[in-house]
Amino acid sequence: MRTTLAEKVWEEHVVRRHEGEPDLLYIDLHLIHEVTSPQAFDGLRLAGRRVRRPDLSIATEDHNVPTVDVDKPIADPVSRTQVETLRRNCAEFGVRLHPLGDADQGIVHVVGPQLGLTQPGMTIVCGDSHTSTHGAFGALAFGIGTSEVEHVLATQTLPQVRPKTMAVNVDGELPEGVTPKDLVLALIAQVGTGGGQGHVVEYRGQAFRTMSMEGRMTVCNMSIEWGAKAGMVAPDDATFAYLEGRPHAPKGKDWEAALDYWRGLVTDQDATFDREIHLDASAVTPFVTWGTNPGQGVPLAANVPDPSDFDDPDERLSAERALAYMGLQAGTPMRDIRVDTVFLGSCTNGRIEDLRAAAEVIRGRSVAEDVRMLVVPGSGRVRLQAESEGLDVIFKEAGAEWRGAGCSMCLGMNPDQLAPGERSASTSNRNFEGRQGKGGRTHLVSPLVAAATAVSGHLATPADLSHAV
Amino acid sequence: MEKFTAHTGKAAPLRRANVDTDQIIPAVYLKRVTRTGFGDGLFAAWRSDPEFVLNRPEHDGATVLVAGPDFGTGSSREHAVWALQDYGFQAVISSRFGDIFRGNAGKAGLLAALVDHKVVERLWSLLEQDPATPVTVDLEQRLILAGTGEDAIRDSFDIDDYTRWRLLEGLDDIGITLSHVDEVEAYEAHRSPLRPTTVPAG
Ligand code: SF4
Repeated sequence: MRTTLAEKVWEEHVVRRHEGEPDLLYIDLHLIHEVTSPQAFDGLRLAGRRVRRPDLSIATEDHNVPTVDVDKPIADPVSRTQVETLRRNCAEFGVRLHPLGDADQGIVHVVGPQLGLTQPGMTIVCGDSHTSTHGAFGALAFGIGTSEVEHVLATQTLPQVRPKTMAVNVDGELPEGVTPKDLVLALIAQVGTGGGQGHVVEYRGQAFRTMSMEGRMTVCNMSIEWGAKAGMVAPDDATFAYLEGRPHAPKGKDWEAALDYWRGLVTDQDATFDREIHLDASAVTPFVTWGTNPGQGVPLAANVPDPSDFDDPDERLSAERALAYMGLQAGTPMRDIRVDTVFLGSCTNGRIEDLRAAAEVIRGRSVAEDVRMLVVPGSGRVRLQAESEGLDVIFKEAGAEWRGAGCSMCLGMNPDQLAPGERSASTSNRNFEGRQGKGGRTHLVSPLVAAATAVSGHLATPADLSHAV
Repeated sequence: MEKFTAHTGKAAPLRRANVDTDQIIPAVYLKRVTRTGFGDGLFAAWRSDPEFVLNRPEHDGATVLVAGPDFGTGSSREHAVWALQDYGFQAVISSRFGDIFRGNAGKAGLLAALVDHKVVERLWSLLEQDPATPVTVDLEQRLILAGTGEDAIRDSFDIDDYTRWRLLEGLDDIGITLSHVDEVEAYEAHRSPLRPTTVPAG
């Protein structure tokens, strides 16, 4: 039978299949962080169970950690308790941990790939919905809840109902100045936040073949924002080039054997998907959100929509609510929206390529008065790499804040938060009410738009900036 | 986990679509390291509004939540399920759930009953007219029952067979899997040695 990439990876991991039961899947890599794991470890302890495969598990601290003064104890007592609990649990159960201050500390979804632990054909889970990021390598990667974290810890397996498959075919190439983030925001605006539900999506077509690994991660990262269970891109030379030489990538003879196996991880010519979507990359323009879910977006050149333009009554209502929350008037050009804060970072856009692209725009310019710009590398390694390229100097000279690694302002859980009513342009993945702090207003943007917005003080693209630097 | 066969209780109509898990329990409440005590943070942003449905005295003690479409989308936080349970909810009825939320609910013993949106609309109007009317969620028969006479609601709901069986039996997943540990070992014996481990690379 002709099979899709997702089906191939799935089949290779079935431990047990029984009529009327979900398949029991083997899990190759379990990523752990401080927020969704304490109750799982607690459950193990209560039941007298151990971690079955500590050697397939790895933990880091990301959601709760501050991004300044990282050498001092965490000020917030509750956050500190969560982080300390993780440290205790990892020590007790023998799980490798990269704590605050370690070069390999950072956002789990940045750490896995950079260590070379994320490889094609694997099953990867984490108690975090953006685990879909790892699908960029042709892995089947998805977020799980805390009970499932406990299940994986105890058994290294997970019962899963077989999802449906979907192809997102993107022909053509993204125009100059248009990024994978714009592509995925445009996709979500088109299909809606529930459009991918119950499906594992394979991103295919010319646009992905020419896209960097970082770009593929950005797109796969946001799969969950339109409801997909996971997003995947078939591995190719770009994947192999990214992996080669990384600490956990196979070496020597093993590398050759791995390449042989990885090259077979493609959807068969005449395999069929349960659903297919087509998109033309060359028609995508810089895209931003105006509302309070990632599907409420428009091209940057457009205006804030009028709720009465929506035919669907639910959508109209949610648009009205969103505009009220966001403090926006229908018909306002998106470009006229002024921001207080620009956040460059997160597991969507906190990798080295994102920092480089933004630094290129910022170089020799300065952050607008009254605008605060936070630049937060996704991991300690990204930070070190950026510093070795002098990117930190570019940002600092422009007046931006150069921070330590973590989730930072992606979510209102650590000290980096928006104040009520404050507006941000953010390279993260969620613009839900209160996501970046209670009452905070978020516009999701690409790193290029973030940088240009920081300079001009209102939503902008690099092309909008005056050429005189 | 307790067995769930059928539940009858007061219900609260949550007339909102797209209630994501950040709305159910905002991130600031996720810092606990235990499984209980999350009820305080449930729908935190709306709880200060006296008009919010859970603040209305007539919906005091509700154990069934009737929500709009796309309930529980967004973040994977299982705390959303624990918060609903901690507050006292035993079942949520909606026409569309976030996938992860639905999975989490099944595992933690909160019944997520999937119905046609028309059923939600009818429950909403029934509950708005008569807030005290009990709603029954019968897992054995997969039925939702409420009201009497002409407007009585008697509709089936969807839940996958496996989750239903586990809830009916009160079985926890880990125990089930560990009873198949020989199959896990057999798989591991044939697993490719090329797969990476997290043992620090030399
Ligand atoms: S950066 Fe944001 S989306 Fe990514 S793992 Fe951290 S909190 Fe989640």
